Amino acid sequence: MVATQETIDKVKEVSQSYKYGFITNVESEKAPLGLNEDIVRFISQKKKEPQWLLEWRLKAYKKWLTMKQPNWAMVNFPDINFQDIYYYSAPKTKPKLNSLDEVDPELLRTYEKLGIPIKEQEMLAGVAVDYVFDSVSVATTFREKLEKEGIIFCPISEAVQNYPELVKKYIGSVIPIGDNYYAALNSAVFTDGSFVYVPKGVRCPMELSTYFRINEQNSGQFERTLIIVEDDAYVSYLEGCTAPQRDENQLHAAVVELIAMNNSEIKYSTVQNWYPGDKDGKGGIYNFVTKRGNCLGKRSKISWTQVETGSAITWKYPSCILKGDESVGEFYSVAVANNAQQADTGTKMIHIGKNTKSTIISKGISAGKAQNTYRGQVQIQKNALGSRNFTQCDSLLIGDKCGAHTVPYINQYTPSARVEHEATTSKISEDQLFYCLQRGLDTEQATSLIVNGFCKEVMKELPMEFAVEAQKLIGISLEGSVG
Amino acid sequence: MSLLEIRNACLKLDGKDILKGLSLSVNEGEVHAIMGPNGSGKSTLSYMLAGREGYDLDKGEILLEGKSLIEMSADERARSGLFLAFQYPVELPGVGAMSFLREAVNSRRKFLGEKEFDHLGFVKEARKEASKMFVKDEMLKRSVNVGFSGGEKKRFEILQMAMLKPKISILDETDSGLDVDALKIVSEGVNAQRSKDNAIVVITHYQRLLDYIIPDFVHILSDGAIIKSGGPELALEVEKNGYAGLINAS
Repeated sequence: MVATQETIDKVKEVSQSYKYGFITNVESEKAPLGLNEDIVRFISQKKKEPQWLLEWRLKAYKKWLTMKQPNWAMVNFPDINFQDIYYYSAPKTKPKLNSLDEVDPELLRTYEKLGIPIKEQEMLAGVAVDYVFDSVSVATTFREKLEKEGIIFCPISEAVQNYPELVKKYIGSVIPIGDNYYAALNSAVFTDGSFVYVPKGVRCPMELSTYFRINEQNSGQFERTLIIVEDDAYVSYLEGCTAPQRDENQLHAAVVELIAMNNSEIKYSTVQNWYPGDKDGKGGIYNFVTKRGNCLGKRSKISWTQVETGSAITWKYPSCILKGDESVGEFYSVAVANNAQQADTGTKMIHIGKNTKSTIISKGISAGKAQNTYRGQVQIQKNALGSRNFTQCDSLLIGDKCGAHTVPYINQYTPSARVEHEATTSKISEDQLFYCLQRGLDTEQATSLIVNGFCKEVMKELPMEFAVEAQKLIGISLEGSVG
Repeated sequence: MSLLEIRNACLKLDGKDILKGLSLSVNEGEVHAIMGPNGSGKSTLSYMLAGREGYDLDKGEILLEGKSLIEMSADERARSGLFLAFQYPVELPGVGAMSFLREAVNSRRKFLGEKEFDHLGFVKEARKEASKMFVKDEMLKRSVNVGFSGGEKKRFEILQMAMLKPKISILDETDSGLDVDALKIVSEGVNAQRSKDNAIVVITHYQRLLDYIIPDFVHILSDGAIIKSGGPELALEVEKNGYAGLINAS
């Protein structure tokens, strides 16, 4: 019997779905649990990506399968079951509450202390408020201003659709898919992130903040950010926010690539306050991030400034490759670890061009039973004549159950370079605390004052709005650690 | 009711008796000097009054304006109007002197229910007081006590006293490490604070400071207790005969 067209179509449809291993329902909210090649294809298809990007993802996935989780850092955590993660879910809206009364009072207390206005608190806590109008209109004005200058700032999935040549040219150019275990994973399954392009000679007139990325409601589980700044251009980018953020996804493995051309500058600031887990470290976020900047052009400059106070585990080394002659790399960091948090963070400065310069200022604060490690690498290649590095890493210990470790690597292959390294370890002295108490400040205020004094050199590199909030945040994250 | 009353204060440190029944009564408008040889318990007395951890009384009572201080923490005592000018003021790296001053003043004002200073209003007020103490603007921009000379540290202590307007000030060997010029400036600063509403306790080794800050009463502290009290002439007696003479006599 000759099959009717209807039957043929039905069979086709059914076999189509088997091709992916499960029913392909384009409207589905979530991919099934776990990771395999079909999931990668599913993600790419959901995002309507071009073939070259799908192939790039698959290459990364295949590479990832051959790699082993790194275990050299001074952090301990139970094995991650990579098959127990959802790698794609449709943009989800946070649970809608009716008023701030329904929000966890601890969360509200933190918002108060950070000075976050009520409207913003409602938004952050997921209260069903008519904020959409406000943020859309603000973001629209913002985008108009940028478009006038020719600056592109949009979600990376949008950039793949609208500026594919740019994305194709630069993605993976700073952090190749095989760079490390988590970068390979990210390359295979990234779903959102920022794309920034600043054309030649343009100085971006305002700080770009992830706050203004509308249509981006995902948690940033596997974010991929790409920032390209052409000759003589400048941009300052802010990532994160001080308000504590919870997320059902425990693993955050982001990748950030920065490219700076001749005479250009990228200033990248991060304030990270992901949920650190309870007092015993259970349930907190794992923040395993690969960030790197390529100072491609002559006299280009990339600065990383970070304040890390959250996450159960922070594992990241924002780095700079100083390729262009006379290029400059900077790393300013405050990493706070309290209770049971663990932080293994630092930077790599790779000097390739002549007369390149790098500055590293790292402030680690440990309290409770936390462990804080600075791991840095200064590499001066043999043709990097006349290069200079200055590294200062200071540790502050609060209480007697925490630890601070320093692991500096200096590889210098030319005698014409100069590398300086200073390190200090100190405790908040009782005398200092008593002096403040005697002037009427309570223990919390005193600790915050002294700790912020300790971090001053880093804090002054932060854009102003971030700096004020970050100072308060450091104080809050050390609550209960003294006295 | 006296402004500050210490009744039979007994305090042990590391198992050793340091304060052995010290009693003192200070009224509003008065300046008291406490003199004593090394080891007599002068620093312990200051720390005990200020409420430093580890300096709790084993026996006795301290009352400020009739209220017991014993249950109050160090910062609570400070906000209630007790000020200690440290003998060795500690450094606070990275903590701006101006911001530190403002935070201290505002916490006292908050306690008193007075309006707190905003940044600009405070800077104006601070500069006014600072010039009287010969504390330059440039110094206020630095971190608290970092790189300050001995004289500058003491002047900054008295500047803090002037801005906080405490009810009772304890000056712990404020004259130590000061040359004559610095001594004069610091003394003028202290004398300018004298009023009928507050009181000052000057703790010192040497009589010299008391030529500039003339006390109403002088007490001799020896082996953890006050053994003799008198007027300003008692200080001159110490100068002439030394502590040993007085201690043996009592």
